[in-house]
Amino acid sequence: MVPPNQSRALFRFTVLVVLATLGLVCIGGLVTSKGVGMSVPDWPTSFGYNMFALPVSTWMTGGIFDEHTHRLWASTVGLLVVLLTRWIGGIESRKSLAIIGLVEFGMGLTLVASFGIRWKGEGHFLMGIGSVVLLAAACPWKSLPTSKTAIRLSWLAFWLVQAQGSLGGLRVVLDQWAVAGTTGGVLFGMIHGCLGQLFFALVAALAIHLSSAWKPTTWQPVLPLSLTLPVLTLSLVFGQLLLGLVMRHQHAGLAVHDLPLAYGQVWPDLAPEDLARYSRQRDEIEPVTAFQIRIHVLHRINAIVASLAVLTLFLKTRFLPKGHLLSRLSQIWLALIGVQFLLGILTVYWNKPADIATAHVAVGTLSLATGLISFWVAALTCSNPFSSVSSFQKSSNRVTPTSVGHPHPVT
Amino acid sequence: MVTESKIMKNTLKVGMIAVSVAVLSTSAAEVTGKIKLVGDAPPAREITPILADKFCGPLHTSPVMTRTYLVGADKGLANVCVYIKAGIPAGKTYAVPTTKPLIDQIGCMYEPFISAAMVGQTIDIKNSDSFMHNVNCQAKINKGFNFAQAQKGQVNGKTFDKAELAVKLICNVHPWMSGYVHIFDHPFFAVSDKNGHFTISGDLPDGKYTVEANHLKSGTVTGDIEIKGGKATLNLDLAVK
Ligand code: HEM
Ligand SMILES: [Cu+2]
Repeated sequence: MVPPNQSRALFRFTVLVVLATLGLVCIGGLVTSKGVGMSVPDWPTSFGYNMFALPVSTWMTGGIFDEHTHRLWASTVGLLVVLLTRWIGGIESRKSLAIIGLVEFGMGLTLVASFGIRWKGEGHFLMGIGSVVLLAAACPWKSLPTSKTAIRLSWLAFWLVQAQGSLGGLRVVLDQWAVAGTTGGVLFGMIHGCLGQLFFALVAALAIHLSSAWKPTTWQPVLPLSLTLPVLTLSLVFGQLLLGLVMRHQHAGLAVHDLPLAYGQVWPDLAPEDLARYSRQRDEIEPVTAFQIRIHVLHRINAIVASLAVLTLFLKTRFLPKGHLLSRLSQIWLALIGVQFLLGILTVYWNKPADIATAHVAVGTLSLATGLISFWVAALTCSNPFSSVSSFQKSSNRVTPTSVGHPHPVT
Repeated sequence: MVTESKIMKNTLKVGMIAVSVAVLSTSAAEVTGKIKLVGDAPPAREITPILADKFCGPLHTSPVMTRTYLVGADKGLANVCVYIKAGIPAGKTYAVPTTKPLIDQIGCMYEPFISAAMVGQTIDIKNSDSFMHNVNCQAKINKGFNFAQAQKGQVNGKTFDKAELAVKLICNVHPWMSGYVHIFDHPFFAVSDKNGHFTISGDLPDGKYTVEANHLKSGTVTGDIEIKGGKATLNLDLAVK
């Protein structure tokens, strides 16, 4: 189908997209850590300028640097993902891209021309991205289509990157809009932060899928493999990510300043007089709320539970045949969770320095991606026919005699 | 001609009486006092990123400190907003002061840290630095706003529609920058000076009132006063929290 040299180039390009996305997650995390998201009050313009024409002197001022760089970097990732979709989809994708590009450009033009000021930004954004999509459609290069799975994933990435861009814009434009007891800034900021990490996991999965390590037919389960543990572990880590997300956007990162206990207790008292006492101990002017403390302590407790789950998965997958992708992934996952745990502790211990808090977000993202890919590999392994004898013989050095007599589910 | 000048004299007289009556009824009262801090305030901390910033750093020669508690002579506490809480004649409306409180962004700090204004009173927000600040108003009852001030000397007038305590203003370009403004639906408020002294003056008839003092970290305390002959004094204590 696809000549090997082309597939290697495609893999390399996908890795570039993965790295660019990781960088984007880091800058986005830094923007939240520093609290500089609103330093540029407008979108998709920056201080009224076309964002690509902002004077460098303004760009280099304080938090504007982080926020504006995030916007430019995100535009680059958007461009890369559209090209990736075109590459993976092959020449057949040109027609779809042309239609989508035209529709988006048209919708953008309509929003700009006939709706109020609130939708003007979104309109310009759609026109911009529509142009990029049209450009990809115009690209005459005869890249051959890759696997069906890769095509599906790339189209998902195509839509997600655009949704992610719009959400980032809405987070700015609707910053002060009161919704559901909070503000548009907090709500869209949280969705944007979550989707950004899921998007990273998606492109990382795509890269692994295109790599030479992707050999699903060789992933024979030694013993009946169950998906329960990978699913449970992934859910716990995703839950941990959501707790972290709420914590960051509700400024609860330092809601509890002592470690490992919280105000000297496992679960601190949260009566009004206790809260008043805690607030007194803080430097910050704004008092701490019960919600902030609850979220913070839950994040700590779930950190232990999630880490134990990753450890268990690691121990169970040691019984897989040597070199099975799942066992390599669970090693990586365990290492990431260890680093993550340490970074979390340091975040609290050092009073949340922006770089440490951001590294904690970045490693959390890597951890989510590893979990998602692990789940995928586990699912494919499970769907392979169970051939205990043959694969057992191949990996006999890994299995103790007792586990042969009583086959029980691994993982 | 004679009659005309007589009429003029009379109108003048009537006018003068009217003015003096008006002066009497706009009983220019003055409530003065001092706010003291009980207990030892935690030490201020250095705002470290300010000196590290390429633009803000050179504007300071010494470390810039947090302003949570500013304690002056004889334990006087600065930045306390003191205002009439109860006793203002019901149904009376007051003219909006024509003065415009100034909130200045200078050396990447808000000056003053605490301001106060009446509903509808214009507050001048100024950028005295030669680079960009954004003014992000985090009002909860009022409508918030966020705008950029790129020019040195740029002033934007802002007003608020509703009474609200401690409306926070922040700059996201320099995330340590913040200031607060208290908004009242009457003109009887003041912010204590560096030694904790305050003076509330205005059209307050003799009688009993409740005064409240609000410090952002220490909370609020109230006291009762009786204005007699247009004067009252009140000293209040706030505890370290
Ligand atoms: C071991 C598994 C852990 C995972 C997977 C994890 C994950 C995360 C993620 C993804 C975020 C940021 C979410 C976002 O903004 O998008 C976060 C925030 C945070 N985490 Fe963790 N975390 C873990 C452990 C810990 C531990 C052990 C601590 C400390 C005791 C901790 C403290 C924090 C704090 C303080 C924040 C908020 C930082 C801020 O406000 O900037 N985490 N966590
Ligand atoms: Cu500023």
